[in-house]
Formats: sequence, C-alpha cells, structure tokens
Amino acid sequence: MPVGSVLDLVVAFPSGPLLAQAASASDLLAARNQMALSLGWHIVLASFGVAFPTIIFAMHVRGIRGDDDALVLARRWSKVAGVLFAVGAVSGTILSFEMGMLWPGLMGPFGDVIGLPFALEGVAFFLEAIFLGIYLYGWDRLPPRVHVAALVPVMVAGVAGTFFILSVNSWMNTPTGFTMVDGVPTDVDPLAAMLNPALLTSFPHMLLAAYMVVGFSVAGVYATGWLRGRHDRLHHLGIVVPLLFAAVVSLAQPLVGHMAGQRIADEQPIKLAAIEGLPETTEGAALTIGGVWDGTEVRGGVEVPNLLSLLATNSLDGEVVGLDAVPVDEQPPVNVVRFSFMAMVGIGTALALLSTLVLVLLGRRRRLGDHRWLLGAVVVSGPAAVVALETGWITTEVGRQPWIVQGLVRTEDAVTTASWIWLSYGILASVYGLMTLATVLVLRSMSRRWRRGESPSAPYGPAEPLGSREQVGA
Amino acid sequence: MTMADVVAAILFLGVVLYAVFGGADFGSGVWDLLAGNRARGGSVRRLVDHSIAPVWEANHVWLIFVLVFLWTAFPLPFVALMSTLYVPLSLVALGIVLRGAGFAYRKFADDLASARIYGVAFAASSLITPWFLGMIAGAVVSGRVPLEGGDRWSSWTGPVSWLGGALAVLTCAFTAAVFMARDADRLGRPELAEWFRRRGLVTGFLTGVVALAGIAVLAADAPTLDAGLTGRALPLIVVSGIGGLATLWLLWRRRYRPARVTAAGSVAAVVLGWGVGQYPWVLVDHATIADSAGAPATMVALVVAFGIAAVLVVPSLVVLLVLVDRGIVSGGEDAAPSRVGRG
Repeated sequence: MPVGSVLDLVVAFPSGPLLAQAASASDLLAARNQMALSLGWHIVLASFGVAFPTIIFAMHVRGIRGDDDALVLARRWSKVAGVLFAVGAVSGTILSFEMGMLWPGLMGPFGDVIGLPFALEGVAFFLEAIFLGIYLYGWDRLPPRVHVAALVPVMVAGVAGTFFILSVNSWMNTPTGFTMVDGVPTDVDPLAAMLNPALLTSFPHMLLAAYMVVGFSVAGVYATGWLRGRHDRLHHLGIVVPLLFAAVVSLAQPLVGHMAGQRIADEQPIKLAAIEGLPETTEGAALTIGGVWDGTEVRGGVEVPNLLSLLATNSLDGEVVGLDAVPVDEQPPVNVVRFSFMAMVGIGTALALLSTLVLVLLGRRRRLGDHRWLLGAVVVSGPAAVVALETGWITTEVGRQPWIVQGLVRTEDAVTTASWIWLSYGILASVYGLMTLATVLVLRSMSRRWRRGESPSAPYGPAEPLGSREQVGA
Repeated sequence: MTMADVVAAILFLGVVLYAVFGGADFGSGVWDLLAGNRARGGSVRRLVDHSIAPVWEANHVWLIFVLVFLWTAFPLPFVALMSTLYVPLSLVALGIVLRGAGFAYRKFADDLASARIYGVAFAASSLITPWFLGMIAGAVVSGRVPLEGGDRWSSWTGPVSWLGGALAVLTCAFTAAVFMARDADRLGRPELAEWFRRRGLVTGFLTGVVALAGIAVLAADAPTLDAGLTGRALPLIVVSGIGGLATLWLLWRRRYRPARVTAAGSVAAVVLGWGVGQYPWVLVDHATIADSAGAPATMVALVVAFGIAAVLVVPSLVVLLVLVDRGIVSGGEDAAPSRVGRG
C-alpha cells in the first residue's frame, strides 16, 4: 500500500488533463495520496478496534468485582467504541475497494499470492463485528459475566486481524511464496506468502503501537478533565487504567522497533539507508541524528561514531549498505523517510520516558499525584502517539518506494489508468474531513451529556405518533 | 467439480447472504428515509435503530468476504471489474461510508437538527448503495465487463443495469419491510407493524412486476444469463416466485414470523438462481471460473479459510441473530421496548 505524503502533495500541484488515458505522474500522485489518506485515517480507528476492547475489558471486569465507577467508565467507553468501531469498519471497507480500484497492477498479478491473509482477516473481522454487537447491545440484559466475556473474542479477533493485515503489508516489503517466471508469479504458496520474514517484527510493532495510541489517548482525555478541576475517582480511574496499558507497552516498543530495524538492515538495506541518510556503503558507519538530506549527504546533523553499524549489525565496524548501492531511480525520497523516522523515534523515546516515570510513581504510591506538568504530559501523549503511529507508517511505506512490491513491481506500474483520481481523492478528502469533524462533535456531545448526568440517546422526534395517523388493530 | 468451482460457490454464497441480511439493513435505511417528518417518522426510525444496530456491522462483513474471495480466487476478473466500474464502485464505497458513519453518529446525536443530518446521510446512502450495486451486477451479467477492461461509462448504464438497480432497491425495501413488521409485532407495536405490512405488500407487488418486466430486458440485453435463468436455474426462479407470493399472502394475513422466512427464502432463491444461471462465468461472456481462477494452492487455502469461517463464524452469527430476535441484544437505548424478550 503505497503511501504518498502530505509533503508530496504540497510540492506537486495537480497538473495535466483530467481525462488523459494513461496513468500520468499526476494521477499516480493522486492515487498515492488517496491511499495515504484512507490508510492514515483508518489506522487510527483500527488501533481503537484492536486495543480499546482490552482496556474496556479490564475496566469492565473491575466493575463487575464491585467498583461502580469502573462500571460507569466501561459502559461509557463501550458507547464510544460503538461510534469509533462503526467508522473504523466502513473506512476499512473503503480500503478493500481501493486495493482493486487504485492498484490493479498489484491485485491482478498478486491477488492469489497474498489473498489468504485477507480472507482470514475477513474471518477475524466477522467475529469482531458479531461479538461487538453482542457486547455493545447486551448491557443489562445479558448476565454480567457472559456479557463481559463477549469481549474476549473481540480482543482475540483484533490481534488476529492485525496479524493478517500486517502480513499483507510485510509481504509487500519482503515478498515470498512464489517464483517469478517471465514476469508472472508461479509456484504460488499462499502460506509461505502469509508468513513472510518482515511479519515477525512488523506485527508486534503495530500491535504495541495500537495499544500506545489508545492507552495514551483515553488517559489524555481524562487527564484533561482532571486539569479542568474534575478531581474525582472516575477521572483517576480513567487516567490510570489506560495509562498502565500504554506505559507497559511503550517500554517494550523500542526493543521491538530495534528488532524491526535490524530486519530492515538485512532485507531492505536501501530503506535503512534512506532512514539514516547514508550515501555510501560504509563499515563502522556513524549514526547521524538530525540534519537535512541535501541530495548527496546529511547536513547539520550530529554524528555518533560507529553507532549505526552497532545498531544494524551488532558490530562496531559492521558494513551498512548505502543509497549508492542502487540507481537513483530506485531510491526512496530520503527526507520524507528520515524526518518521519526521526519523529517516530523521538516521540517513542519521550513516551518511554514518560511511561517509566508513570510506572515508578504508580508503583510507589499507587497514584499519580497532582503534578500538573505530568498530567499535561499525559494529555499531550495521546496526540503524540498518533503522530508516532502515522510517521512510523510513512517511514515504512515511503521507505519502500519506488516499489509497491519490493524489488518486483514499481508503484507507478501498478496504479490504475483511470484519470479522475484527483476528483475521487478530493471527494474522499472532503468526506473524511466531515467525518473527522462529526466524530469529534458527537464524542464531545456524549461527554458533555455524561457530565450533566444524562444518558445520550438519539432524538428521533416524538415516539408514538404513528398510531394516531394509522389506526389499525392487530 | 473443480476446486475453483467450490471457491466460486463459496464466494456466491457470500453474495446470497449479503443480499438477504445486508439487503434487509439497506432496506431499513430506505424506510428510514421515507418515514416522513419528525412527527410521523420518529417511531419508525426508533425501530430501525433498534433492529439493525446490533447486526449491521456483522451483516456488512459479507461484502468484505465477497470482495476478498473475489480478488484472491479470481484476481484478473476482480481487477477488470474494479477498473471498469470505477464510478459506480466509488459511489457504492461512498454510500457505505456515509451509511455506517451516519447511523453511528445519529445514535448519539446531540439534538434533532444534527440527528436529522446524520439520519439523512444514513438513509439516503441506504438507497444509493444497493442501487449502484444492482447496476454493477447488471454490467457483469450483460457481458459488459471484459477482462481487458471495458468502457468506464457505458458498461454500467445499459438496460440490465437499470433493471438491476431497481430490483436491488425494491428487494431490499421488501425484505426490510417484512423483517421490520415482525420486529414491531414482537415489540408489541401493532400500528408500526401495520405501517411496515402495507409497505411490504406494495413493494412486494412492485418487485414482482419489475421482475416480470425484467424477463424481457434480460432476454434482449443479457442473453447468456437469460439462457441460464430459463434453463438450469429455472427451478430456483420458480421457488423465488412462490416464496414471494407466499410472503405477500402471509403479510396479508399478518403472519409476520413465517413471512420473514419466506421473504428471506425468496430473495436467497433468486440470487442463487442468478449464480446458477451465470455459471460457469465469473464475468459473463468474458471470463470463466476455470480460465480465470488463481493459483491452485490458493484455491485450497481459500476452502480451508472458509472451513475456519464456517466453524467459527456461523455459530457465532446464529447466536447473535437469536439473541437479537429474543430482544436480549438490542439497539434500543430506551429500555421500554427492549425488555420484552426476557428480563
């Protein structure tokens, strides 16, 4: 799934006739941006679909064991989940349309190679939707233990779904499970394609990222309330429980990220070279922090001698492949990849530090205390985790360019020849913009009504007027 | 029967189930749209919400199932379909997004004004989406989607496409009216049941009329499918017709429970008839199952995936539908009607 970037969009303005026949560079750009927007939007909601059920489950179990505040929170969160999961489900459907509509050159030749994880993800999505329906709409009518147990398949399906979707994405980075004969994939082995090498690190990396995004975001909402003076037990619980999930996960994430980096060094060395801005293949390569790639080297960065070699190869003077190992037209745009990567790592490091602090405080005193700066940091951590998620995604997707299937199919050769992509992208952007607005408005309105002690429910107008107009007995 | 045939049958099973369950959800949205102003439409909309909230996401997954099986089992026809029908598919995608999002937002809308905006997004797209899905089906069955890609406009604007759009919307509205009449009746709201009963009778009758008129359209514009429908698929078409008539009779007698079964059976039979009639074509006149199937190993893998789905999903789905039918799982925010099932 090629993800262009916002930077691309700013640089290249739509040009060329709207009804040209072949796919122009402009159409390619539009298609990449449309895919980027669809994915970038969905990935946040998908994270909620994956991680939120677990956090709700923890809260709900606590509630069943006699904590009434926890039960109130679980009930509210299940309603929030109802909104977010619905929007996530439909934005995910869009992606399956776009796979075929925008990237026929990927799905045509390789649909049968990489379709199996998609099919299994369909099974996972099914279970998720079914048991979510039971959970969201079974409050007060199902026995409490049975009711909360309905979340278990939702949690499992969320993890399984992540595995299968990441399998497809990893396959684009490390394609396996077939042999190319005259440009056609033969000897297709769908299981080998599904269990490709990159999956081993990309799956846990994404799974942990989902927990970080949801944990920090939910905690941040209640931290905001606390900072506004709502110092009650409800807010304390709303901060601490999701924050615990996020904090534990944040400490594991750098390790997984490091493993992913070493995997990239082995299998996609050019992606790593772009991430690090390494112009030439080097032994004992230095790690350059900061700075801007000027087309030949990174200027203005701080160099740490031998560190890149150590990180990539576990040896101070190991060899790290540079960009010059491939022709210029097979190199990804260095600055986009590099800035994204630095943003992700920077934020991830900051969140790991925050998490350490949180865990120490909670371990020693079982509460966070009233440090405004700390709560402020928790508020910021939610959006920060989302930025890290998005920039991480950009790193891996743009870092794979110009390939849609690493080393085999170029993105420009896989794009559709339809020529109204700017139009469809524009419509999609407007709709997603409105949906973002509506989601925020609805969630804020729900929260406002909860504070007033009301239960949000749809106003449909008077409920009983039909009988007066159509008098029929039964 | 080859492995590819088995996979094609599984894929089409998804189409059948989507037509019945997803169709009823779309139809509910159509009635939501036509329920009138807030004074008259309030209780209809409340019932729509009540009935489809717990199930619509699960019912929606059948579409994902079909798409995924299509691109995995028949990648080249999938690409031809998606490229040729870019415009109606975009509208379907747009409708799906607006429908799901609008429905979810309305449930928690702040006031009547915003609820109305979300409600219109939900209800209008419930009409548009099946319409364009029907047009897409029309393009395929009339042989207008060649493997190398067809015209991006004329391929889906032929006579059969218009027939497909009309039939899709009418069928959805019909099944939804029957399902909702049963729900209203179960909840002790006879006047609402009556509202849906009348509309079920009218749309059922209209569906029959359009389907009969469609015979001529298919004969002229989709000869391959027509031969299949009047040949080996004829028993299924007859069953569907009998099911439709039985539903009308049961609706007339206000026997909503069995009406629901015959309505679902009628829709399933006609869609199944379409599949049987279209066999062995994936893209009518252009790509057969045997010629366009993907790698053999993938076919086996898909059958295994379906086996997993059958073991895990089918029982779960039955549990959900039973719980919903008993009112134990219910979209009713207000406790009043939902307590009917069991305490």
